[in-house]
Amino acid sequence: MTEVLRAERVTRVLPGEVPVTLVRDASLSVSRGEFVSIMGPSGSGKSSLLYLLGLLDMPTSGRIWLDGEEVSALDDRRIARIRLEKLGFVFQFHFLLAEFSVLDNVMLPMAKLGRLNEAERRERAARLLDDLGLGDHIRKRPDQLSGGQRQRVAIARALANDPLIILADEPTGNLDSVASANVRDILSALVHEGNKTVLAVTHDPDFARAGDRQIHIIDGRVETDEVNGG
Amino acid sequence: MSLTLKIAVTHLLSRRRQTLMSLLGVMLGVAFFMAVSSLMRGSEQDFISRLIDSEPHITISDEFRNPPEQPAAREYPGAAVAISNVKPKTDVRGIRGYKQKMDWIARLPGVRVAPVLSGQIILTYAGKDEGVLMNGVVPEMMTGVSDIEDKIVAGSLEELSANPNGIIIGRALAKKLNLKMGDNLTVSSPVGLIRTMKIVGLFETGVSAVDEGQAYVLLKRAQTLLNRPDRANLLVIQLDDPYAARAVAARIEKRIGYRSKSWQEASENLMSVLLVRNIIMYSVVSAILVVASFGIYNIISTVVMEKRRDIAILKSMGFTARDIRRVFLWEGTIIGALGSLSGVSVGLLLMAVLNSLSFEPPGFTGAINLPIYWGLDQVLMACAFATASAMGAAYFPARKAGMVHPVDILRGQA
Repeated sequence: MTEVLRAERVTRVLPGEVPVTLVRDASLSVSRGEFVSIMGPSGSGKSSLLYLLGLLDMPTSGRIWLDGEEVSALDDRRIARIRLEKLGFVFQFHFLLAEFSVLDNVMLPMAKLGRLNEAERRERAARLLDDLGLGDHIRKRPDQLSGGQRQRVAIARALANDPLIILADEPTGNLDSVASANVRDILSALVHEGNKTVLAVTHDPDFARAGDRQIHIIDGRVETDEVNGG
Repeated sequence: MSLTLKIAVTHLLSRRRQTLMSLLGVMLGVAFFMAVSSLMRGSEQDFISRLIDSEPHITISDEFRNPPEQPAAREYPGAAVAISNVKPKTDVRGIRGYKQKMDWIARLPGVRVAPVLSGQIILTYAGKDEGVLMNGVVPEMMTGVSDIEDKIVAGSLEELSANPNGIIIGRALAKKLNLKMGDNLTVSSPVGLIRTMKIVGLFETGVSAVDEGQAYVLLKRAQTLLNRPDRANLLVIQLDDPYAARAVAARIEKRIGYRSKSWQEASENLMSVLLVRNIIMYSVVSAILVVASFGIYNIISTVVMEKRRDIAILKSMGFTARDIRRVFLWEGTIIGALGSLSGVSVGLLLMAVLNSLSFEPPGFTGAINLPIYWGLDQVLMACAFATASAMGAAYFPARKAGMVHPVDILRGQA
């Protein structure tokens, strides 16, 4: 299988009077079509690792490759472009833009990328939302939706530019069990039917079990990295 | 519509009241800027046109800007020459060969010229003496260069040609000496000649020093009275373009040698007062716009603070710091531009209202309107300044927004 993401001895130290090491010497490799869960206690550095792998943060040392390209040495503009083209994010607090309609929220990354024209963007966004069961809500504002629906909008937005990897930070952390299961199934289907790669930080053992692989982080270190059912 | 512009518009529309207030600030700033500027510039123009109308544009007098060079100094250039007891040659004062000089001046384009011989005389009537400045003029030439004819309230300038013994005095002087049209009075000149002259006209300029202290006679009569045959001591010039006076005066002086004073030179101190006044006026009205820009800074800072989450999500999505900056710069630009546009309409309205006000100042006959300058330049200046200060006010919060780090926000949330 093709490797899409690789981290080698990645360390992130938060500078300050007392420097804090968030991630320590983490190395891992993710292949295309994998559903990887990152687990660990609160404050273990699992989210920080996800931010580093999602190019939202820069490692203090170590190297990261995305789709065969070393990205840990690129400038901000180039990295923003890579995030736009190759990565999609889903956060715990669904971060939708409150003043924009559900449809506009999903169209935003496409508009920024500029590969599709206005009509194509509209059509693609509507289709993505429809696939996630939100076809009736595309004109609504995010605050008119339930938490689970908003999280599905966030997933649709993450998929807008057909990314290589979807990075999810506690995507079910704020949802009830029904909505959680729904989101979990959607992500799982993306991997197994849509050939996407999903990297998700989670607290939820059920969620982790739905994936192919679980990575456990303790004190910023990769403690275990094992394939489910293996 | 560009994406950043769309986000900016959405932000502004979602905070209608604050947007409206900052628009109002810019609008009032621009409107006041225009109203004050048009009033000040209008009154300045009014003042200058009065200045230009009441005085000759150029006055050539029988003096030189620099004293004539002594022959001894010319003989030994560079040497230290001291000459004691220099006594100027007694001469008939006046502009030598004024007719030839006038001919040359009259050939310049857009120039009208008239000779004047002025000197002090004493008017005597009923035992009262009054020293006045007598101006000897050629009536038909004077009409082209001076507005004295408009100021004559009884008789006319032409009467002087008809009656060489005629004199025109100010109405105030006539009243003071209890004289009226057609009365005879005695004129004594400095060279000892005494003539009886008849009042053929009365003028009133509104300036009491002139109305009580000046008189007009025929040039020939003045030359006789002052014993300066064939001389004039002033050449007064009127130009089609008053603002060319400085250049024309310099050209004339270079050619004929006598001191030629343009109206600008004569009222240099007033012009500098006007300049200072303009500087003060523009700093005050600009201050209004600067205050308005603080309002813009305030609203955009608030938006940036409130939208930190949005900024984080946009950045995680792949928006660059520059895109984010642009969103907030757009907001400032929109407020500045829309505020300017509405400000211009309100400003024009204010100017029309000011222009329609009329009042009667004391000592003036008839009502006058406030002078308003309608020039486009002040409108452009107000808009440019307003938009620039709005963009400047938006720049700092926008820069701050661009520096928001998504991870800081995400960590704070998680």
